[in-house]
Amino acid sequence: MNSIVKNRLFWPAVILVVLLVVNAFTSNQFITVQNGHLFGSLIDILRGSSALILVALGMTLVIATGGIDLSVGAVMAISGAVACLLIQDLPNQNAIGPVLGVVAVAIGVSLVMGLWNGSLVAIIGVQPIIATLILMVAGRGIAQLITDGQIINVQSGPYATIATGFFLGLPVAFLIAAAAVALILLLTRRTALGLLLESVGGSPTASRLAGIGARRITIMVYVVAGGFAGLAGLIYSANIKSADSISAGNLIELDAILAVVIGGTALIGGRFSIAGTVIGAILIQTLSVTVVAIGIPPEANLLFKAVVVVALCLSQSPDFRAKVFGRFKTRQAVAA
Amino acid sequence: MGEQSPVLEMAGIRKVFPGVVALDGVDFRLFPGEVHALMGENGAGKSTLIKVLTGVYEIDGGEIKLGGAPVRISGPLQAQQAGVSTVYQEVNLCTNLSVAENIFIGREPRKFGRIQWGKMRRRAAELLTRLDLDLDVSAPLSSYSLAIQQMVAIARAIDIEARVLILDEPTSSLDTSEVEQLFRIMRRLKESGVAILFVSHFLDQIYEISDRLTVLRNGQLIGEYKTAEMPQVQLVEKMIGKELAALEDLEDKAQRNRERAAEAKPVLEAKGLGRTGAIAPYDLTIHAGEVVGLAGLLGSGRTELARLLFGADKADQGEIHLDGKPATLRDPQAAMKRGIAFSSENRRTEGIIGDLSVRENIILALQASRGWTRPIPRKKQDEIVDKYIKALQIRPADPERPVRNLSGGNQQKVLLARWLITEPKLLIIDEPTRGIDVGAKAEIQKLVAELSDGGMAVLFVSAELEEVLRLSHKIEVLRDRRLVEELENTAGVDADRIMQTIASGATS
Repeated sequence: MNSIVKNRLFWPAVILVVLLVVNAFTSNQFITVQNGHLFGSLIDILRGSSALILVALGMTLVIATGGIDLSVGAVMAISGAVACLLIQDLPNQNAIGPVLGVVAVAIGVSLVMGLWNGSLVAIIGVQPIIATLILMVAGRGIAQLITDGQIINVQSGPYATIATGFFLGLPVAFLIAAAAVALILLLTRRTALGLLLESVGGSPTASRLAGIGARRITIMVYVVAGGFAGLAGLIYSANIKSADSISAGNLIELDAILAVVIGGTALIGGRFSIAGTVIGAILIQTLSVTVVAIGIPPEANLLFKAVVVVALCLSQSPDFRAKVFGRFKTRQAVAA
Repeated sequence: MGEQSPVLEMAGIRKVFPGVVALDGVDFRLFPGEVHALMGENGAGKSTLIKVLTGVYEIDGGEIKLGGAPVRISGPLQAQQAGVSTVYQEVNLCTNLSVAENIFIGREPRKFGRIQWGKMRRRAAELLTRLDLDLDVSAPLSSYSLAIQQMVAIARAIDIEARVLILDEPTSSLDTSEVEQLFRIMRRLKESGVAILFVSHFLDQIYEISDRLTVLRNGQLIGEYKTAEMPQVQLVEKMIGKELAALEDLEDKAQRNRERAAEAKPVLEAKGLGRTGAIAPYDLTIHAGEVVGLAGLLGSGRTELARLLFGADKADQGEIHLDGKPATLRDPQAAMKRGIAFSSENRRTEGIIGDLSVRENIILALQASRGWTRPIPRKKQDEIVDKYIKALQIRPADPERPVRNLSGGNQQKVLLARWLITEPKLLIIDEPTRGIDVGAKAEIQKLVAELSDGGMAVLFVSAELEEVLRLSHKIEVLRDRRLVEELENTAGVDADRIMQTIASGATS
């Protein structure tokens, strides 16, 4: 029992469950079945958190190597812009084949963005925060250039399915995120990639001397982060059926970093937790939904979110816990 | 010392970590004006005792008295205020700040909230003069050698009105003259009534400087002795708890193998290999089964020479032949593929990955050479790791413990295990015995001899001449980043002979 409570993911998981319970009581439909699909606020949360899960997943790997990727939001914008621009020019926007081709191109472009970040960090040696800041700022400009400063609207059924479709009763967007999680779990825990990543994050110098191709691994994680951000950008853009270079993925890098930290991965790199990141991402999304559902005025949203996050981070700090609960215990002892 | 009352008294100290009793009823006394050596193998509890005393750990039992009054030390700051100052093995200063800033950091002389820089520099200069050090106090600390940095750390410690000064392996990276300088300072402090707790793995130093010593073993107190009344051999036996005969026959072994090694085929030949600014071009041949020792002072280019052979640094001239074939070692990966292993002298920054477990640290190099797509099956990992934990007696024998929590000697063994499982043809080990205790040191030396017997070529780098002499078939002497002499380790070669070469730089 004690070891469960001490697990780093215990409190995030508890808060997540509490929020979900609050949600279940306040929303009129938590989970129901309609037309063979699952519906309700729980499903909305899962669907809504897919983009964040994808971005946070890439962010986890980057942070594990001791880096950070601020450009994920901008890459989302670029990916959506590329996709909408190409779909707009398709002779038949509802043909599945060409739309899949477009999706592949958009993700390809995102991977190249990741490669750019990774090369700056691993080959040129720019500090990650600076290297990715470049693309964070420039990326939205690129996206605007692609869309010519306009919001491009598309009317493609297959494209919209990415965000709003259902498969086997579950939202397609969530299934995409779940597949990505499964893929990363497989890659990091069934191969030696996880170990090598943690090693590079723990000590790049020692890793190099142990014969680890730290450079290649570093580039790889930025590429993966770029690819996932691109995928998240498609989900975002498919949801609104348009490319909005300004608000696509706006500030999502902060939510993603937060999700990673809540999930117990330290910002200095090293040990990382994929499960933790997923819990963190869903938690953040649930929080946003719950804030609205329980009727907190919109202008207080961010403040409320901040309070919960601070409480969460404190609950994860061993020092803080020792101080608060330690004192509590001594008082009890004195009283008894 | 007479019958003074102790300035520090620890009684029945107990400290438990999950699964380990680190200290079990340990008593310790420290009198004013003495140098007291704390002795024990790695993992005996020395570091834990020091951390208890400096407030890093809280005790689970026992009592600490300072100046006769019971105290509860709850943190490093409180320890300092109580008059307990510590200088750690790895210098904990900010090298980018000036000498004066480092001495006064956190307690700068202030007036109306402003720092009085002039006063700070003056006081720093005074303090250093008292220690016989002539430094530019406004120069950044990084412009001075590690030894000087250590002295600055001591200056800082004693300026905080220390009654008790703890020196945790201050000498492990100092050369002979620097150690002398440190000892002069220690004697001066001692005369002024400071009680000094001294930890060092160099027995000679213990006998030179300490008045009394306390021996710990496996977290238990073995005894407190007057240094002058305790013969070295007995001391070592008390520390390791068994008789140390294994070391004696090592020397003969090296002699016995010498002829055979010379006939073996060369594993590595370097011709005119060099790197501008690091090491002048050198020739070196290492045969299978041969132990080649690198001797020279700190900064003489020992490490630089070794790093070229592993591709850790790129040579900018000369060539390397491996097994008779020319090879370019672009990076460590390339060297590993060719069967070369290299264990760095900087255990903490270039060796272990502190967060990872013992198991992960051990398999790291082998896994890296297999590539990430071919993970070593967990069962195989456990087998390998168990085998090496047993063979090298890594303690605690828990493969899942973060390696950060192991003592220095055990971390070193983990690193050796990491390289041994890659089955290298040439093992380069840089200062494998620095900062580790006598027992572990003997084990590592024995291991090197065994590996060489088994046909592995070893390049052994050490600042300790005795060690180099004991193990090597052939000794390369370095001076001023230049390989100046190659000596066959025959009967006539001793420490004096090598010192002469180092001193004169003669190439004969």
